Amino acid sequence: MSAADLRRLGTGFMFIAPWLVGFLALSLYPFLSSLYLSTCDYSVLAPAVWIGPENYTALSRDPIFWKAAGNTVLFAMVSVPLGLVLSFLLALLLNAEIPARGFFRTVFFLPSLMPLVCLAVLWLWLLNGDLGLVNACLRPGLQTLSDLLGWHLSAPNWLQDPRFALAGLVLTGIWGVGHPMVIFLAGLQEVPRHLYESADIDGASRWQKLRHITLPMLSPVIYFNGIMALIGCFQVFAVPYIMTEGGDGPERSLLFLATYLYQHAFEYWNMGYACAIGLFLFALILVLTLVASRISSRHVHYEGA
Amino acid sequence: MRAVVDDFNRSQDRIWVEFSSTSHINRKLMLSIGGGVPPDVAGLFGNTLAVYAENNALTPLDRLAREAGIHGEDYVPIFWDICHHLGHLWALPSSPACLGLVWNKRIFRENGLDPDRPPASIRELEQINDRLVRRDAQGRLQSIGHLPSEPGWWPAIWGWWFGGDLWDGKRITLNSPGNLAAMDWISTYPRRFQSRELLSFRDGFGNFASPQNAFFTGRVAMVLQGPWIHTFIEKYAPPGFEWGVAAFPAADAATPAPITLVETDVLVIPAGARHPREAFAFIRYVNERAAMEKLCLGQRKFSPLREVSADFFQKHPNPHIRTFLDLAKSPLAKHVPPLTLWAMMESDMKQAFGKVWSGAAQPQPALEEVQQHLQAEYENHQRRWSRLADTLQRQWDAP
Repeated sequence: MSAADLRRLGTGFMFIAPWLVGFLALSLYPFLSSLYLSTCDYSVLAPAVWIGPENYTALSRDPIFWKAAGNTVLFAMVSVPLGLVLSFLLALLLNAEIPARGFFRTVFFLPSLMPLVCLAVLWLWLLNGDLGLVNACLRPGLQTLSDLLGWHLSAPNWLQDPRFALAGLVLTGIWGVGHPMVIFLAGLQEVPRHLYESADIDGASRWQKLRHITLPMLSPVIYFNGIMALIGCFQVFAVPYIMTEGGDGPERSLLFLATYLYQHAFEYWNMGYACAIGLFLFALILVLTLVASRISSRHVHYEGA
Repeated sequence: MRAVVDDFNRSQDRIWVEFSSTSHINRKLMLSIGGGVPPDVAGLFGNTLAVYAENNALTPLDRLAREAGIHGEDYVPIFWDICHHLGHLWALPSSPACLGLVWNKRIFRENGLDPDRPPASIRELEQINDRLVRRDAQGRLQSIGHLPSEPGWWPAIWGWWFGGDLWDGKRITLNSPGNLAAMDWISTYPRRFQSRELLSFRDGFGNFASPQNAFFTGRVAMVLQGPWIHTFIEKYAPPGFEWGVAAFPAADAATPAPITLVETDVLVIPAGARHPREAFAFIRYVNERAAMEKLCLGQRKFSPLREVSADFFQKHPNPHIRTFLDLAKSPLAKHVPPLTLWAMMESDMKQAFGKVWSGAAQPQPALEEVQQHLQAEYENHQRRWSRLADTLQRQWDAP
């Protein structure tokens, strides 16, 4: 390597130095550190004692951990597709030529700007079984159904009943569809008009245009939104933590991996065990992202690729 | 506390204490000690002393207390006990409390009950409870005498009033007969009122610190509470709210003394504190009678010291403060077990309570599940602790 090459390499490193320092100090070091600490009995204050795979063995036998893992996966499985479909449909609606389009775009985006703490407190009241707005809207419909079918249907105690607590949290998450909706909207604007014009000439229906033009052209955006939503769902913490007042919800129905990690790290002083949970979560997200990438290679179409 | 700190700063010119009020002190102190920049003095909850001590995060105070002439005889016994762990003194009390049955006298009177006679046993409590149940035209619960889930802050300790305990010094005893009897009592609620109805009823309660608090609105007539309730009654209850305080009744009416949970905030010197002697001078000052009474009057608590000024109770705004103090002095007053896994025990017992309360589990399997989990965790902890115990004990015993 010549002196000029070395100089250019040095200049290059100088340009990426801020990122590099951040990556080494704030990502790589903590990652390696937690990798080591996950094999230790470590409480932050007492010196770490190496215990080999004991934390992982304990994890594999810990029913509460598996409950938290199950809740996390279930929440992601319901929340991600629901959020994607809703945000996509909203984007389609708000992309149409309708009056006051800008106003509606703002209205639908605004809730996603709400801080998570406010969101959690607001939904605590919306989902209140006795006084909540959600049940106030549901009750007349349930009453009519009950009268018609002769059943006894009543509005659920969302956050007190383990059968409905997760569904309540999913509802809460719908308020966040503003972000992916905006990204979908941006993607929709990028779909070339001439494709729709050609389809019109060929006599394609609206559904056919959606199926064969919009969806394939938006596939990179769907993929991006999907991955981001997946990561967000696997790291869900603040809203259920506040809604359950730092607890787990009825029958631990609102205990997620991130909450369980936090409990072990800062409430039970089991930082080593918490590191093992963190690494499991990391591996889970990594595997799912790789699977999504593999699937995307067949279904995601990049313009010009 | 700020007023006491100001008094201390004015009382001498050698030490200056900077007061900082901090939320989530338990977690923040852990991180500050871990980061090597702890404060010289910190206020903690007494039930976290075990976990801090066993993690070598505190300075033992035995020698400093001895030199300062502070002895166990100066305190109501249980507070001295709370401040000890593994044979060492780790803290001195600052602001104590205990629990009693707090009842709404107006509701008693309006329902033909003697407003000055609280229930003397769980059986009587339930008889009163049945008498105070009110429903609306649709049959929905409107008010009740007592609800173990309101406010539901101590789901782990109901067994105490039934002769149970959580730990016997060697093993976890959540499945002991007393705890099982308490859970059986809890399980009568979903059977009598339907768990769905109970959940819906409780959903209609407002926040604790609000005029919609179920006790202040009369929806629940008797609650398990501490002396702090007075502050909230003054602020949120309707004018002229009449209330009384007594021991929460035991299952066995012949129980020789009141049973209660005693808690206290404590002052500690974190390990690595730069000015331990100066820190202790401040702790000692707070534990002098005048300063302690000023602190406890300000926080509407009773004093943990055995000797109290003649006018302390006269000046105290809480008319029932003497009752709370008497409860704390009871020979059957208890504190939570000094276990590092107390937080986990609390969380597990909350789940067990929730399952029984909702009718999702029977008392015995619910308790067996948490017993098994916590006993395994306890054994794990004991195994890990044995690796450090000798070294740390030698370090703490060193002169």
